[in-house]
Amino acid sequence: MDARAPSKPLVRMEKITKRFTGVTANLDVDFDVRPGEVHALLGENGAGKSTLMNILYGLYRPDSGVLTIEGKDVSFSSPRDAIASGIGMVHQHFMLIPSQTVWENMILGLEGLSSVLPKRAIRERILELSSRYGLSVDPDAKIWQLSIGEQQRVAILQMLYRRAKILVLDEPTAVLTPQEAEHLFVTVRQMTSEGHGIVFISHKMDEVMGLSHRVTILRKGRLVGTVDTASTTKEKLAEMMIGQKMIFSIEKKELQPGKPVIECASVCALGDRGIPAVSRATFMIREQEILGVAGVAGNGQQELCETLVGLRKVESGAIRVNNEELTNSIPKTFIDKGIHYIPADRKGTGLVPNMNVSENSILKRYWSRAVSKKGFIDWKEVFSFARGLVSRYNVSTPSMETPVRNLSGGNLQKLMLGRELSDSPIAILAVHPTWGLDVAATKFVREQLLAAREAGCAVLLVSEDLDELLAMSDRLAVMCKGEIMGILDSPAETPVEAIGLMMAGTPAEEALASAPRGGGKS
Amino acid sequence: MEILIPILTAAVRSGTPILYATLGEIVTEKGGILNLGLEGIMLLGAYAGFAVSYSTGNAWLGIAAAFFVGTLLGLVHAFICVTLKGNQVVSGLAMTMFGTGASSLLGRNFVGFTIPGLNKIPVPLLSDIPVIGPVLFNHDALIYCSYALVFFLCWFFNSTRQGLYLRATGDNPRAADAMGISVAKTRYFYTMVGAGIVAVGGAYMSVAYTKMWAEHMTAGRGWIAVALVIFAIWNPARAAFGAYLFGGVEAFQLRLQAAGTTIPAPILMMLPYLMTIGVLLFISIKKGKGIVFGAPASLGLPFFREERD
Repeated sequence: MDARAPSKPLVRMEKITKRFTGVTANLDVDFDVRPGEVHALLGENGAGKSTLMNILYGLYRPDSGVLTIEGKDVSFSSPRDAIASGIGMVHQHFMLIPSQTVWENMILGLEGLSSVLPKRAIRERILELSSRYGLSVDPDAKIWQLSIGEQQRVAILQMLYRRAKILVLDEPTAVLTPQEAEHLFVTVRQMTSEGHGIVFISHKMDEVMGLSHRVTILRKGRLVGTVDTASTTKEKLAEMMIGQKMIFSIEKKELQPGKPVIECASVCALGDRGIPAVSRATFMIREQEILGVAGVAGNGQQELCETLVGLRKVESGAIRVNNEELTNSIPKTFIDKGIHYIPADRKGTGLVPNMNVSENSILKRYWSRAVSKKGFIDWKEVFSFARGLVSRYNVSTPSMETPVRNLSGGNLQKLMLGRELSDSPIAILAVHPTWGLDVAATKFVREQLLAAREAGCAVLLVSEDLDELLAMSDRLAVMCKGEIMGILDSPAETPVEAIGLMMAGTPAEEALASAPRGGGKS
Repeated sequence: MEILIPILTAAVRSGTPILYATLGEIVTEKGGILNLGLEGIMLLGAYAGFAVSYSTGNAWLGIAAAFFVGTLLGLVHAFICVTLKGNQVVSGLAMTMFGTGASSLLGRNFVGFTIPGLNKIPVPLLSDIPVIGPVLFNHDALIYCSYALVFFLCWFFNSTRQGLYLRATGDNPRAADAMGISVAKTRYFYTMVGAGIVAVGGAYMSVAYTKMWAEHMTAGRGWIAVALVIFAIWNPARAAFGAYLFGGVEAFQLRLQAAGTTIPAPILMMLPYLMTIGVLLFISIKKGKGIVFGAPASLGLPFFREERD
């Protein structure tokens, strides 16, 4: 550890255990934060990082364990107590009130303010903090008008405003472009130089190596170890995180793409708020190829997929499937044509949580003669179909009658994947298909998508995991603010910096010209 | 003008109970709790107001009693919705049925009596202004209180810390909780106060408007108030406009009927409801175009802190 870290920690958590129904989220976890350090908390999705920090922030109460702040034992019954002890947290989903202004959000829950709000003083303090930490923001803007990056600044300011000494950043870069992330790191360094302790939750190895002083690794709710960043390597961290040598090799056959299946010409669509979300998207997906879509979350990827399955209105432009114009057709038309959709929102759009496994398995075929006769569902057929699906796609479920809300994320995804793939699709649109899954489930999902590609399917893969996209895609489209900045023909050989620039809104030619050359030509 | 002044004066009088009910419901809903029990709470408020005024001879004690009864009903609703995390619609409907039945039962012995109730107190100077004076400033004190309440609530929601916390709780309880605001306490408090204000609206019916008690005397005004909350898009000033509009139409159609018009009365009585539907349509059309209205985003949703999503 470097010289500026005094021995006495700001926060110490000892033997923390927290169980949710059926899941042990944390088991005997030790963790501490010293002043002036960035302590990274590393682990896969579901490793218990967020739970541990929610305990520190008073949102969850631990089942057992001791929490000390600057040497004193404390027990938080709500975030109010944690805030009073100088702990601040910036959640993955920002805790902001969209309909209120920046300054109104700043003072939520703040103690010791007069009842009639001193608006001017509040504004001044916001401006002072924002210039000190390089977090520029308009105090009078409403939250919903701000970009995700700006909202994050508000969320950080919110914590600085209440003089947080320990700041927990929960996967802060997941929603940022590489450039915005750099900017955030400058702010973080400014805070540590003033003696703040920062907890940096991430599963991005490069950021952890570049920013942190120490790293604590969690795996399946248990502590794997705490190491000094200077004395470790990315590979070692990855190994500790995953528990085995990271095998990230995908068997991808060389295939010649066939004829176009889906063609989009200048498609424009509005987002949920009525603001343009997709503008002039032009591309095609061919048989036997995977078109990857990269971009920071919320840049129109989701909306684009929705237009391709009839879930979102196309304002202008055209969508053709096998040369047949299907612009603004209803979802059933797209399903009948063989376009299948794996939405990111598994329990919302993809499956009905309170319905059981077999009912969910026929959501897209209840009208087919195989399962319904004269308007009556043939449950025997349904059960045998569901059983087939469950065994073919390794869904682990207690029974066919289990409501799917009781299944884990991986099993939900396998069930949904099975349902979509068993209908011999001509195209699959998968949005964040491996998000939140463990290593084995991730591997399975990827293999299934590649198998679909080999079977002649056209695959559109939206993901935030650049490694996944680079490994899986035959071509890669990069989106920013609803526009496709460019489509790369050989993504694996394109320098990552160029893709980052494109994600931030630089057109492809310019990005490729300014980024240092990586491998071969692009 | 001669014909208009009595109509406008009557509009304010008959709009006041609806105004109180609407304001009370706005207070409740701002915190994210939907209370559909207005009709029942108004009826019990009307009963309590009348009974206590009659027994003590003091109309203000009656109104205080109505407020108290309202807060008790609000407490029950909050217990069901916040602590038990029950269904707010069901709890509210139960409250309406309970209030309707209980007030009829309790009020049997008071049917046919009258009380002196609240009397007109013209405001010096202000009541001498032409038109505005007689229309707005020649009423009983409870009407003046409703004016004050409208201004107070507008200011409270937008310019005070507690108002801000209340709105935050209704919009995003998860964020409010993470910022150290107690969602449960906030919701309990404003559900109780809101229901108290609603009950005062009921008491206005019996203590000031009719000065008597009759079964089902609110005649659906609680439901009109539920619609007016949406009409007013959760804004107290608009609520006043809506309530007086309704009161005005009621007064107007009574006079038209008295004058022997050929337009059927039910058509006239429909007008405020039609307007409410129109406004609902307007809001839902505009909503798709990125305009944010005052609806609390988490209205009707219980809050579980440790729910994982």
